[in-house]
Amino acid sequence: MSSIYRTLAGGTLRDIALACLAVWFIGLSYGAIAIASGFPLWVPAAQSVLVLAGASEFLFIGIVAAGGNPIAAALAGLLVNARHLPYGLALPDMTRPDGTGRGWRRLLASHVMNDESVVFALAQEDLPRKRAAYWACGLGVLLCWPAGAVLGALIGSLIGNTNAFGLDAMFPAVILALIVPARRDRVTVRAALIGAVIALATTPFLPAGLPVLLALAGVLAVVIDRQATRRADRQATRRADR
Amino acid sequence: MKDATLVVAGLLTLSAGTFAFRFSGPVLRQRIAFPPWAERLLEAAAVVLLAALVATTALTKGHGFAGLARPAGVLVGGVLAWRKAPFLVVVLAAAATTAVLRLLGVR
Repeated sequence: MSSIYRTLAGGTLRDIALACLAVWFIGLSYGAIAIASGFPLWVPAAQSVLVLAGASEFLFIGIVAAGGNPIAAALAGLLVNARHLPYGLALPDMTRPDGTGRGWRRLLASHVMNDESVVFALAQEDLPRKRAAYWACGLGVLLCWPAGAVLGALIGSLIGNTNAFGLDAMFPAVILALIVPARRDRVTVRAALIGAVIALATTPFLPAGLPVLLALAGVLAVVIDRQATRRADRQATRRADR
Repeated sequence: MKDATLVVAGLLTLSAGTFAFRFSGPVLRQRIAFPPWAERLLEAAAVVLLAALVATTALTKGHGFAGLARPAGVLVGGVLAWRKAPFLVVVLAAAATTAVLRLLGVR
């Protein structure tokens, strides 16, 4: 792991530490809410380690606490987590810093994939830095999320409402800060704006997770639009030639 | 809590399925040789997903509007990020704005 420290600039490591601290805080409220909803400690503890995806865990706890079937709650959580499949397609291989891309490293690399580790990896310039940021953030979240959840479950009643501290604004701010540099690429910006509008417009009607997946139509829209423009350009040139 | 066995079954279903999503992306990417333009598109797709995640987590709660305090905080963070403020400043300013607005009674 010492290679992570050598590869990443101090500033990036500090940013990752802050993102992990935010994850820890949200974990506190997650553990507290789980206990307040009537779950024993082992439920948030096991989920935070095995699922390791906050939004789906909140949803699972919420549905089961409201009297829903746990299997149905798991399927709802899986819909929220389906975005991890395109994340894996978007990233170059994260498992081969020293030629060992197989076995437990591959399994662990998959397990520590989350919104934060993916966005920190995407924000880096070259492959060694992408890998270092991905592992530093992924392992940091793997420690901080369960640690926060267990502590929150233990001291639950002392925590109160963490939203009073604006903690719920931290997650979107973390992701936003890291995708803003992508504004240099106009195609991505247009696709992202169309996607965000689609997600917002469908949130009132669709189950959690699906609106974010539908945002991918933003990519399609831009691709189709570009092909149409190119075809029109070609026709225009042809007409000009005559 | 309801039947513990059923909760364990749900928990394991969610864990295993989530891992399957996380595992299959990199495997597919290794098996299929994507041309460079497709790789760029896949990376753009990840940014689109993250942007949609920002929009929904900033503006909505459940199926409705999240209120003003949270989107206002995220907006302040976004403007600071656009003006290339340090990450720490962006994130803390977002949380602080939301916290202060709530302190003032804005929902």
